[in-house]
Amino acid sequence: MLTPEERAEIEAEFPHYPNRKAVCIDAMKIVQKHRGWLSDDSLKDIGELLGMSAADLDGVATFYNLLFRRPVGRHVIYLCDSVSCWIMGSDRQCSHLTKRLGVAAGETTADGRFTLLPVVCLGACDHAPVMMVDDDTHPDLTPEQIDRILERYP
Amino acid sequence: MATVYVDNRAYEMDGEQNLLQGCLQLGMDLPYFCWHPAMGSVGACRQCAVKQFKDEKDQHGRIVMACMTPAAEGTRISIRDPEAVEFRKAIIEGLMINHPHDCPVCDEGGECHLQDMTVMTGHNYRRYTFEKRTFRNQYLGPFLNHEMNRCIQCYRCVRFYREYAGGNDFNAFALRNIVFFGRDRDGVLENEFAGNLVEVCPTGVFTDATLKRHYTRKWDLRMAPSICVHCGLGCNITAAERYGMLRRLVNRYHGEVNGYFLCDRGRFGYEFVNSERRIRQPLLEGKAVSKEDALTRLRELASGSVIGIGSPRASLESNFALRSLVGENRFYAGISGAESRLWKLMLAILRDGPARTPSLRETEACDAVFILGEDVTNISPRMALSLRQSVRRQPMEIVEQLHIPEWMDHAVREAVQEKKGPLFIASVSATRLDDIAAHTYRAAPDDLARLGFAVAHALNSDAPEPAGLPESVRALAGKIAGALKAAKHPLIVSGPSLAGAAIIQAAANIAWALPGTKLAFTAPEANSTGLAMMEAPAFDAAQADAADTVIILENDLARRFPASEMEQFLARFRHVVVLEYLENATTAKAELVLPAATFAEAAGSLVNNEGRVQRFFPALAPSPPVQESWRWLGSWNEFDDLAAALASAMPQLAAVTQAAPSASFRMTGAKVPREPHRYSGRTAMLANISVHEPKPPADPNSPLAFSMEGSPDQPPGALQPFFWTPGWNSIQAVNKFQEEIAGALRQGDPGVRILEGGGSNPGFFDVIPAAFEPRADEWLLVPLYHIFGSEELSRYAPAVSQLAPHAYVALNPRDAEKFGDEVELLGQRVPLTKVAEIPPGVAGVPAGVPPFAGFGFPMWSKIARLP
Amino acid sequence: MPEDKPLTGNMRPDGQALDREAYERAGGYQGLRKALTGMTRAAVIEEVKASNLRGRGGAGFSTGLKWSFVPETVPHPRYVVANGDEMEPGTFKDRLLVERDPHQLVEGMILAGYATGADTGYVFLRGEYKLGAQRVAQAIAEAYGAGYLGKDILHSGYSFELYLHLSAGRYMCGEETGMLNALEGKRANPRAKPPFPPVSGLFGMPTTINNVETLCNVPHIIRNGAAWFRGLSRSKDGGTKLYGASGKVKRPGLWELPMGTTIREILEEHAGGMRDGLRLRGLLPGGASTDFLTGEHLDTPMDFSEVQKAGSRLGTGTMIILDDQTCPVGMVSNLEHFFAQESCGWCTPCWSGLGWVERILRAMEEGRGQPGDMEKLAFQTRFWGSGHTFCALAPGAAEPLQSALKYFRADFEQHINEKRCPWK
Ligand SMILES: Cc1cc2nc3c(=O)[nH]c(=O)nc-3n(C[C@H](O)[C@H](O)[C@H](O)COP(=O)(O)O)c2cc1C
Ligand code: SF4
Ligand code: FES
Repeated sequence: MLTPEERAEIEAEFPHYPNRKAVCIDAMKIVQKHRGWLSDDSLKDIGELLGMSAADLDGVATFYNLLFRRPVGRHVIYLCDSVSCWIMGSDRQCSHLTKRLGVAAGETTADGRFTLLPVVCLGACDHAPVMMVDDDTHPDLTPEQIDRILERYP
Repeated sequence: MATVYVDNRAYEMDGEQNLLQGCLQLGMDLPYFCWHPAMGSVGACRQCAVKQFKDEKDQHGRIVMACMTPAAEGTRISIRDPEAVEFRKAIIEGLMINHPHDCPVCDEGGECHLQDMTVMTGHNYRRYTFEKRTFRNQYLGPFLNHEMNRCIQCYRCVRFYREYAGGNDFNAFALRNIVFFGRDRDGVLENEFAGNLVEVCPTGVFTDATLKRHYTRKWDLRMAPSICVHCGLGCNITAAERYGMLRRLVNRYHGEVNGYFLCDRGRFGYEFVNSERRIRQPLLEGKAVSKEDALTRLRELASGSVIGIGSPRASLESNFALRSLVGENRFYAGISGAESRLWKLMLAILRDGPARTPSLRETEACDAVFILGEDVTNISPRMALSLRQSVRRQPMEIVEQLHIPEWMDHAVREAVQEKKGPLFIASVSATRLDDIAAHTYRAAPDDLARLGFAVAHALNSDAPEPAGLPESVRALAGKIAGALKAAKHPLIVSGPSLAGAAIIQAAANIAWALPGTKLAFTAPEANSTGLAMMEAPAFDAAQADAADTVIILENDLARRFPASEMEQFLARFRHVVVLEYLENATTAKAELVLPAATFAEAAGSLVNNEGRVQRFFPALAPSPPVQESWRWLGSWNEFDDLAAALASAMPQLAAVTQAAPSASFRMTGAKVPREPHRYSGRTAMLANISVHEPKPPADPNSPLAFSMEGSPDQPPGALQPFFWTPGWNSIQAVNKFQEEIAGALRQGDPGVRILEGGGSNPGFFDVIPAAFEPRADEWLLVPLYHIFGSEELSRYAPAVSQLAPHAYVALNPRDAEKFGDEVELLGQRVPLTKVAEIPPGVAGVPAGVPPFAGFGFPMWSKIARLP
Repeated sequence: MPEDKPLTGNMRPDGQALDREAYERAGGYQGLRKALTGMTRAAVIEEVKASNLRGRGGAGFSTGLKWSFVPETVPHPRYVVANGDEMEPGTFKDRLLVERDPHQLVEGMILAGYATGADTGYVFLRGEYKLGAQRVAQAIAEAYGAGYLGKDILHSGYSFELYLHLSAGRYMCGEETGMLNALEGKRANPRAKPPFPPVSGLFGMPTTINNVETLCNVPHIIRNGAAWFRGLSRSKDGGTKLYGASGKVKRPGLWELPMGTTIREILEEHAGGMRDGLRLRGLLPGGASTDFLTGEHLDTPMDFSEVQKAGSRLGTGTMIILDDQTCPVGMVSNLEHFFAQESCGWCTPCWSGLGWVERILRAMEEGRGQPGDMEKLAFQTRFWGSGHTFCALAPGAAEPLQSALKYFRADFEQHINEKRCPWK
């Protein structure tokens, strides 16, 4: 069941679109914001409100990058793996991160704190290499900085 | 028509069409995957690439997709252009990157469009050296196997399943080169047309799970043109045999009836033919006897005082043979009096009234539809698929205004969005078309009829008006009438499923009130219409006929009577003779049981719901002593003689002789082979017995040969055993057999229509039932139909029976409150289900499902609480 | 407003966004007022046409001309959409515009809406642009508050609703028809063209789609006139352009400069030239999906036609610089990995070819290159030719690869022959 809060947030999107199905991406993002990821049950809950089947929603969810169909850690690290960051040495940041966190890209740390995801160019190429942790963008990364940044995300 | 230049030669193409369709129509070989003649173009696979030139001077040209390019006047293209050739080859190479090349173990091998197209483009050497991607396959239910690793991402499956058939439990997942086509989790595919994926998928991702159990390659099948026996729409099928066993059915294209698609009941119900319950020997008093002894006994009994009970699932010929044996006056239709009255009524309406009954193709072209009383998907399923297309007609006006060609499938859908033409459904409970309905109305049968009468009255004030109609219903009637009136091709769909004459009369009134309205009736059994046209009295009338012997033709009376009544009925006869294929409650009561051939072993004719007489031919040579009922009953040696006798005895069915060419038909002096040229191992088939190749069985009754010998020419559609031409081994070869792509078959679509309507309005029906009144302590039991389970024969097919429901009684949740999870109904303990759509005072029971299969619903009954 | 930098000249140096009042003080919403009170729809379109504003999303289509394709009268509702998806690697211009001057975009959208007779607009913004999202949302709210949005704007009788939609993330959402599907809550596969969005677009209705930067120019054009706008430029294409440079230059960054500024000027004056000890090997002038240029092209003016003459495309105008100590094969491998990941999976040349190319390049980098790989790669770039695929993603992917094969052929061959990456 959707929480009253989730429901209210989704319903607030209804007037923005001529039909409910169009709201499904927003709805999935809203529920993901509250629950961290989109479980089968989450899809079912959303589907009931929007009149969509689990397959309808899952076809959409699995197309997109930022919709998670598997659990993620408390914080998601998005490390840019695109060209400008690569030129600026993002491979090194990546191996630093994987070593430090003890996980490969796409995985979650054993303590459930971080999930490390490669992401397409974050549009901050003049400050490459770049990563985002949750909602914050962190430019001009060095390994030392990465360590300091991670400390801010308990 | 438009002149289009292909490799510098001028051709005439339909300018409204795309170049791919145009080229195929002209018999050219241009490979394709994502395009489908019934689903149009989406430009995904890029396989149909050709070079297009601006004009004669243009030496350069550019690659375009033939399927996405209009065949406009003056268009110049080249199929042979080296760049286009190389590109098409590269597409196959790309598709083959992940393809497992498991043709030897793949069920699609030998009839695989991907194989055909690969050969056509000339790609034959693998340059890709990396690993292939792998998927996990899903369990999709008893009908289909899933092997995603073979997928070439053409999107046909998901387009068919979701966009064409309206399913929503299947989708494309993920993206790039790992798109997965399936369900969100393992489970039975919910859509009733999922089986078409076997043919829609151009390779072996979705294959027939029932075939797998007794697998045979297409080239090793012996095939015959046949007609589906699982409802009365008469979909054309190809029945395929090997080693005396029916192996599978596939769609046999018919331009007017089934087009490219079948329903799953039709496709997978065939296994009853192979059932353990098949009767293979004559049985006298329960003991196997020789054919001669059986015939002797039959002759003895038939020479006494005898009546015959025919069957709506037996051919015209078998019914006629029984009628001839027992005499016209002692032949009874194998349906109840109530049902028989409905059929007389429907027949009179279609035959004498002004309304035309549409073929399924015409149904698709209708642009406003009112379904009165029927749950079409569960009764005559293939019609529901056509109705689903009909709601697309009205929005096509938008598409036309935007100058989007109709074949540009996704552009059309994007322009139309969710807009649908008007479809109104009035039914006792939810139906599987509700999702596309503009409005649904649920009520008891009499109230449905009243709505129908009100619609007719709203269209024409000469049609009588029901008294005391609630304002909301009157308003709805006005709305429906308005939509029908505004349409170019209005259609009303009704039928006998609720056993209500008033519903049928109301439907007729509507059709007659608005001239030009088409009127379609569903038909539950393969020859319901044909039997009705024989105009025999119902078998209830036989109660009064004091005969010693009753001969029952292919008819389980347990489905026509409650058990006790059936017993009483049969007890009146000293001798009961039954011709049947499967053991059932009726054969159990018979003194003499004669093993009858099923459709797969027989020739015969059926009349479908639109009044089309169609012929089916045996795929299996019946193994003696099993034979066609008409052979047991009569002394005709040749089918054509029987048909001629039928035609002269019953002029209304004279067209039976025209339904297919007679047995003497030859092409360049030869018969039509039932086996394709590649048939292998003929001499090895019986090597354990003898290495001498046995003579193939003869078929003196038809122009078809039980072998691969015969004419290589294309026969008329009614005789077409399979679609195959060189280079086109898959069912998509059908484009080589059509007059026009997706149009009629060459030499015309099979069958002869004998109900054309066009009479004058004989006057409106004016007996309107009173409004339904719920009763305090009784419920009106109404039948609820199930595509899998309500129909008799498919219940004996293991795959179908897996999906059939058990008995239940369905009540409105309010009505259900006073009961527990189980109740007693008609002396049986059954589970209770709550169904919000069921009107108060009404109880739904599954039609055709034991133990209630024989009751004549609707009827009033008590429902008892269980302690 | 600094005359020569209409887009960025007003931005606050502290990184905060201009709020409505600050924006108005800088001349904001005057263009809107002017259009709504004194210009017909057609006049607005004419002005934009005359300005030679060409789309900043990459294809450089004339904005005024695009707007004129929307039918004059029915049907309604119709839409405008701002394309702020910005997922093209190496591109970081729209982010600045939405974060720092969101009202400029809002005003541009209302003007586009007015010109095309639209009822509703959507700002389609990259999901990762959280700050930009906040600021655009704020600006939209302020604009509603001030009567610039909603019913009967400035008592002109024109009404326009504007909503923010955050992408769930896919490069294909930037392709305009993929974006329409995304806005409809569907998989962002592209749509067939024709019909073009101005005829049948979002929810089947006439729709105008423009890049954020394109739209941000519009208020200035309307306020100051087409002639002024053309005068900003050093080339036929009107206005200024946000140019960027990333990679190993001294001062990577983003600058608003006259359209037609040369590569050399951007690279040497604004970006400060290559880092010490490094030399320029090549550059992608306008994002990942443009052809490499090299040192010999430095004097090419960065406008739509000149870059094309040099053998590439202006694209987004944000260049990616390849230095002589970075492996060109590695760079191309990174680029093709991106394209392969983002292929929507609709058409065969793209989904199958990119997966293959990605593997070939990775194998080369890892020392598993094979003789014959060069031919396979070259073949794929032809295979992805324009018109061969359903949308422009795969042709875009072909550009850096085909030009790399031309300019850095020896590097590829070295990888294959030595069975290793010489830079590793
Ligand atoms: C794969 C692909 C991705 C694209 N991504 C963007 C993008 O992120 N932003 C953008 O403005 N245009 C993008 N475009 C271009 C758009 O399709 C479209 O041409 C543009 O938004 C039109 O706006 P304009 O005329 O103002 O340039 C992309 C095109 C393709 C083929
Ligand atoms: S080129 Fe084809 S597969 Fe690639 S993104 Fe475009 S439509 Fe999708
Ligand atoms: S058949 Fe034309 S692109 Fe697939």
